[in-house]
Amino acid sequence: MQVTALRFKRKAKQNLRNARLQSALSKIQVRFVQARADAIADLDDFEAVRQRATAIREGVLANLDAWLERFEQEATRRGAVVHWAETAADVNRIVIEIAQANQVKKAIKSKSMVSEECALNDALEAAGVQVVETDLGEYILQLAHEAPSHIVAPVLHKTKDEVSDLFAKKHDLPRKTGIAELCREARDILRPHFVSADMGISGGNFLIAETGSVLLVTNEGNGRMTTTLPRVHVAITGIEKVVPTLEDATTLVRILPRSATGQDITNYVSVLTGVKRADESDGPEQFHIILLDNGRSAMLGTELQSMLRCIRCGACMNHCPVYQSVGGHAYGWVYPGPMGSILTPLYAGLANTLPLPNASTLCGACAEVCPVSIPLPDLLRELRHRQSTQDLRPWRERLGLRVWMWLALRPLWFARATALASRVGHRLGGAKHRLRWLPGAGGWTHGRDLPAPAGKTFRALYRARKPR
Amino acid sequence: MSARDAILARIRSASRGPSANVEEVIRAHQCGPQPLAYGDLVQRFVERAQRLASTVEQVRSRHDVPRAVAHYLEHQNLNRAALCWPEFLDLDWFGARISVAAQRPEPEDEIGITGAFCAIAETGTLMLLSGHDTPAATSLLPETHIAVVARERIVATMEDAWALLRQAHGALPRAVNFISGPSRTADIEQTVTLGAHGPARVLIVLI
Repeated sequence: MQVTALRFKRKAKQNLRNARLQSALSKIQVRFVQARADAIADLDDFEAVRQRATAIREGVLANLDAWLERFEQEATRRGAVVHWAETAADVNRIVIEIAQANQVKKAIKSKSMVSEECALNDALEAAGVQVVETDLGEYILQLAHEAPSHIVAPVLHKTKDEVSDLFAKKHDLPRKTGIAELCREARDILRPHFVSADMGISGGNFLIAETGSVLLVTNEGNGRMTTTLPRVHVAITGIEKVVPTLEDATTLVRILPRSATGQDITNYVSVLTGVKRADESDGPEQFHIILLDNGRSAMLGTELQSMLRCIRCGACMNHCPVYQSVGGHAYGWVYPGPMGSILTPLYAGLANTLPLPNASTLCGACAEVCPVSIPLPDLLRELRHRQSTQDLRPWRERLGLRVWMWLALRPLWFARATALASRVGHRLGGAKHRLRWLPGAGGWTHGRDLPAPAGKTFRALYRARKPR
Repeated sequence: MSARDAILARIRSASRGPSANVEEVIRAHQCGPQPLAYGDLVQRFVERAQRLASTVEQVRSRHDVPRAVAHYLEHQNLNRAALCWPEFLDLDWFGARISVAAQRPEPEDEIGITGAFCAIAETGTLMLLSGHDTPAATSLLPETHIAVVARERIVATMEDAWALLRQAHGALPRAVNFISGPSRTADIEQTVTLGAHGPARVLIVLI
């Protein structure tokens, strides 16, 4: 998927004026924020679970090589084939090779953000393999030729009416208006594909080193079909997703759906190990697991390592006032919101994603809700720091900061400059004591007035006070 | 250098701190914080299963299962032809006017009757293991899934379920499926709709 993060501001402006989108985004508060709060309250001790979850993820990262090797060894022993991919292009190449070796004509997919990261569908179609997305959200996006706007609810940006129009047009059936009818229609259309597909492609929420298993959390049942019915199953996931034991995976499963959608548990949690046994009537004959790096290993040992703990619940975006206002597409890549503002720059380069680390008020809501305690605002600040030290910020901002630094290091000049600014500001504020416009801060004063300075600085007032 | 070696080499060059003894960590099977003990496991299980839109029927013995199933099918106005895991073929389905067959599930099959390895009180969840006599598709393809579970197979948490599985089988089967109610989607306007791709109805018969 092409990165269009540099257009963040333009896209955000458009989205703020888009009434349909704003109506869709307004659902986040009840469906995600409130639902999560209720589900967290239902746990006896959320903080303890969160601390354990954090320790599990951090423990794996400290010895990631050993855990990956243990996973590979066990998965292989059970009959799976483990592939390693440096880049998105390598993932696509490996999947196409598997498809060609098995004469695959049609592949069905359950939702996988890593495959979005690779733009796998386009690559497979170009290689002559038909790809059918089967997660309802992803299926709608495939029909509409759109990108996901949320990592858990990919069509969050679409209203029911838009889906009605889309289905009527693409399915050539009478237009349905009820949500249940639309779901039914998708079920009926997709069912034959499950049975006729040669290959199933899924993601992987966790890799379990103890047993060499891939764990999937799903709600619709399409994930189970994708991994049960076709003769070849390919699971694609990031190298950071490994956890030591079934018990560790269980702790994470206790916190992932609660953080994501406010469910105590997803409808289905599937732990898949190896291939169909000789006496079994269902299950894939081949199980390929592709482990993608794509910049992940480069984060290890850096200030940004904690981002690798991420379990992709989406709570950070659900609680982000910026995401809630502008929606996911503004961020310009697969991962939106606070976690995306950290991952996208690392993937596409700081220079190609300048607005993202700044698309945050640093209010801290994301860190507050993160189930694996990622200090997201600190990481965003770190990226801002990198932008600055690499001279990537606009010259005016750099000049302004330099002037401020010069003054801040010279108390006498600082006092004089602030006294002057305060006097001038006071006079400009007039009778209403308001500044309607401020040089260099037009964006701030565009929507509100700045209270004018009182005329005297704190230092002046302090000096004037007589000791009691 | 292969992609595998390159990725592992990069990870090693970045790794800090002492290396963990992988096998020791695995053997410890350390559990995270679990819910406080439940007074009555059955009550908790039933309450949670119902909250997830499963129907729960309690019967006195295994032989009462066909009657409970017939009652449910009648109530839901459903056909009386079902697929069934072999372990329940000996029951008197004929007497309950239900025809059962233990064959490989096809997409048009309407009702699937399965057992469960155990059930989890914390979340009202069923745990099913795949195998020759316990095909995974029976709980997946039909629109109605009926699961028969003994009350004494209800454990408190998923951690307890893993312990039970290790004790009974050692290794994992190809697929362990935890099922918590009928399949659902909330992709359109975040409005929950039951019956996405998997079953639209789940009946749990507790013996």
